[in-house]
Amino acid sequence: MIMATYSLNINGTSHEVDVAPGTSLLWVLREHLGLTGTKYGCGIAQCGTCTIHVDGNPVRACILQVDTMAKGQQIKTIEGLSEKGDHPVQQAWITAQAPQCGYCQSGQIMQAAALLETNPNPTREEIKSYMNGVLCRCGTYLRILKAIEMAKEQTSKTT
Amino acid sequence: MKNTSTKTISPMGRRQFLKSSGGVALFITASGLLPNILSCTDSKGVERQLTKHDVTAWVRITEDGQITIYNPAAEMGQGSMTSLPLVFAEEMDADWSKVHVEFSPQEADIYGSPGWQPGTKLMFTVGSRTTNSYYSVMRKAGAQARYVLLHSAAAHWQVPLTELSTGPSEVIHEKSDKKIGYGALVAYLAMPETLPDFSETGLKDPKDFRLIGSQIPRTEIPEKVDGSALFAMDLRLPDMVFGVLERGALHGATPTLTNEEDILAMEGVLKVVSFDYAIGVVANTLEAALSAKKALAIQWGDAQAKGFNSQEIYPTYAKMASAPEKGKTVNELGDVDRAWRTAAKTYEADFKNDYVYHAQMEPLNAIVQVAQDGQSAEVWVGSQQGPDTKLGIPGLLGIPHEAVNVHLQYLGGGFGRRSMNDFVLECGSLAQAMSPQPVKLVWTREDDVTYGCFRPLTLQRLKVSTDAQGTLTGFSHCVVGDGGNLVASGARNDHYAIPNQWVEWREASHGVRLKHWRSVGHGPNKFAIEAMLDEVAHDQGVDPIALRRKLMVNATRALATLEKVAEISDWNAPLPEGRAKGVAFVEHGSLGTGVCEISVDRTSGTIKVHRFWIALDAGVVIQPDNVKAQMEGGVIMGISSVLKEQITVVDGQVQQRNYNDYQLLRMQEVPDSIETVILPSAEHPEGVGETATPMVAGAITNAFLRLTGKRLRHLPFTPERVLAVLNS
Repeated sequence: MIMATYSLNINGTSHEVDVAPGTSLLWVLREHLGLTGTKYGCGIAQCGTCTIHVDGNPVRACILQVDTMAKGQQIKTIEGLSEKGDHPVQQAWITAQAPQCGYCQSGQIMQAAALLETNPNPTREEIKSYMNGVLCRCGTYLRILKAIEMAKEQTSKTT
Repeated sequence: MKNTSTKTISPMGRRQFLKSSGGVALFITASGLLPNILSCTDSKGVERQLTKHDVTAWVRITEDGQITIYNPAAEMGQGSMTSLPLVFAEEMDADWSKVHVEFSPQEADIYGSPGWQPGTKLMFTVGSRTTNSYYSVMRKAGAQARYVLLHSAAAHWQVPLTELSTGPSEVIHEKSDKKIGYGALVAYLAMPETLPDFSETGLKDPKDFRLIGSQIPRTEIPEKVDGSALFAMDLRLPDMVFGVLERGALHGATPTLTNEEDILAMEGVLKVVSFDYAIGVVANTLEAALSAKKALAIQWGDAQAKGFNSQEIYPTYAKMASAPEKGKTVNELGDVDRAWRTAAKTYEADFKNDYVYHAQMEPLNAIVQVAQDGQSAEVWVGSQQGPDTKLGIPGLLGIPHEAVNVHLQYLGGGFGRRSMNDFVLECGSLAQAMSPQPVKLVWTREDDVTYGCFRPLTLQRLKVSTDAQGTLTGFSHCVVGDGGNLVASGARNDHYAIPNQWVEWREASHGVRLKHWRSVGHGPNKFAIEAMLDEVAHDQGVDPIALRRKLMVNATRALATLEKVAEISDWNAPLPEGRAKGVAFVEHGSLGTGVCEISVDRTSGTIKVHRFWIALDAGVVIQPDNVKAQMEGGVIMGISSVLKEQITVVDGQVQQRNYNDYQLLRMQEVPDSIETVILPSAEHPEGVGETATPMVAGAITNAFLRLTGKRLRHLPFTPERVLAVLNS
């Protein structure tokens, strides 16, 4: 197995990593770069816990190989969503007291932020459909819904 | 809170913990008799005190008025990081806006709450016992801290202590119109000769509570929304290496590795470690460890579970339930045999439940570092802790209890799975082999599912007798399954006035790994009990609420939850076509009655839960919003397990691997609302984490019976099973 150097654009900064080709972007983010806000849940894009943005689209980091992500794409993780944890979605999450164990919440928040980017005024059914790929075992779904609806109102007020 | 990582991951013993605390700490000795007030900047003074006394620090105050309170319980989403410190702050009269919370060291004799045997102490976040068992501990310690502050102010002002009172983080002397903040008082802290016990008197009157019972946001939520909250999975230590294990889908099977040389030759692989039931690999990166795991060529031996087929076992269980020999008695009241003989009518039914898996979102993991000389170890783990707070590592390494230091992290879900130490011990073995390098052990999701420890499969035979007026006279419940209390808990009916009752457990054994799963036996047992009651009500043409009202004649608090939920769910209101409501009662420390409203798609067999209502009596409630969150989460986990979740075993092999074939409830399947009403109470707090989940199966099957006239008696209610019942 030969190591290779990859240059990744993450949260507006260029990062170089030496890893084997084919390494999951999730392990690169978490174990090589210490961006541990993005979580490992299943490794097969079934739980959405590792959701990040690539060029603004929500994707599951666990099934992305590092070699395909070093072509200038803008990668955004929870650490880069806002400067001080105060993105409207994050603020709404706190107001709604959404998290319980918290493990899935980075993925939930990244998925929700992407939703409001593409559809600033989603219906409840649209929210449910868009969020369906991110699992929460603690069962915080109703508070997540509430938080997204609050963030939506907040976003529409400020724009 | 972003910069906690260095502190969290640096090895820190209790002494270092106290030394590095900064400011002034109020240390209360383990005996509870004498407080020691120490300036933490005077490290020699601290050291002297520590050698003299076994001290505990519940709180640290600095001159600027900042207060740190230590939480002794695991935080797995249930809110202990807020609720326990809040109780302490209430009695201390701390200004909550100045309070910061950290985990306490893992030392049960200091930070434990009363254990299961008198005189013992325990740090074990299980059985919904945290608030219940720590409420008095935290109140007393908080009151003692306040007393030290009062004493210090009295000495400083030269006034009698009895003339002093406190407001949020300040001591007040009304006579002279003087006030001093807790921070300013740090310079004058003085130690009283004796410290009141506060066990019975001297605590706040609950009507004076300003924190308990109010809307207080959870302390750890901000770091859970910006990605900075650290789970054990997230820690990275210098020189850390990565361990994985390949365990068999046939639990307990012994592995023989046939390509060890090839594995050791793989890039990054450092070591192969054999276990009785697994092969472990340590490598310098996680991806290298995972590649090696995939490449392992293992021949698996046989184990007890070989030949066991979970879905074919029920006829055997039914035969066991019919056998003349009784099982182990769980509860006996009156004489059910006489009830059967004198009955006007009897009812009998079998209820079944398949295995379910915990599915906590953070797969099991731990980091262990064993010192070069093998005589001490550091452990970083998200654990529900245990009877031994060192999680079995001292025994594994043959070193004293105090030579192991456990750094508790947030848990990405527990649900009972993290009350077991199997993964910690695995990591300890790898770390021993790699000493002194720290090893991070990661279970893949596939490992977590296939080598899971499941809620046991059971069959339950229920028999009920009624007299000529339709009153229940006898109730027997025979549980057949593996796992003792895992299957028998929650089978008693202490809140129903049925004069003759009998509960027994008949033991089966299959070699499949089993463990407590949120609400344990209550899940299947409350399902069977509550469904059986509605089958009787249905046959008699009696309203299910009316039937329970009669049964709860002697259980005032339980009855109040029934009446309240009937009210908030508008139980008697007409429903749209195709909808029905069902009710179920559960006691699990707290008392709750739940009502759901469902519909059924008769083509696909899919049940949809539209709304859920709960009325709860949990005694004094520390954080009402958090209790509601527990009800919401409990209901969602209940619906998930009742409608979807199923582990199956074929020829001893667990068939599911990941979330693709072990389906959890998703966003599109949630109810429109879950509404909880908390009944006011001044009684001692009871646990709330496991009261909602076991309501769900009974409420759904009872709604289904009222909607269709058919009975769902086998969990989970998958679309196939629902269709089969509808077409029967």
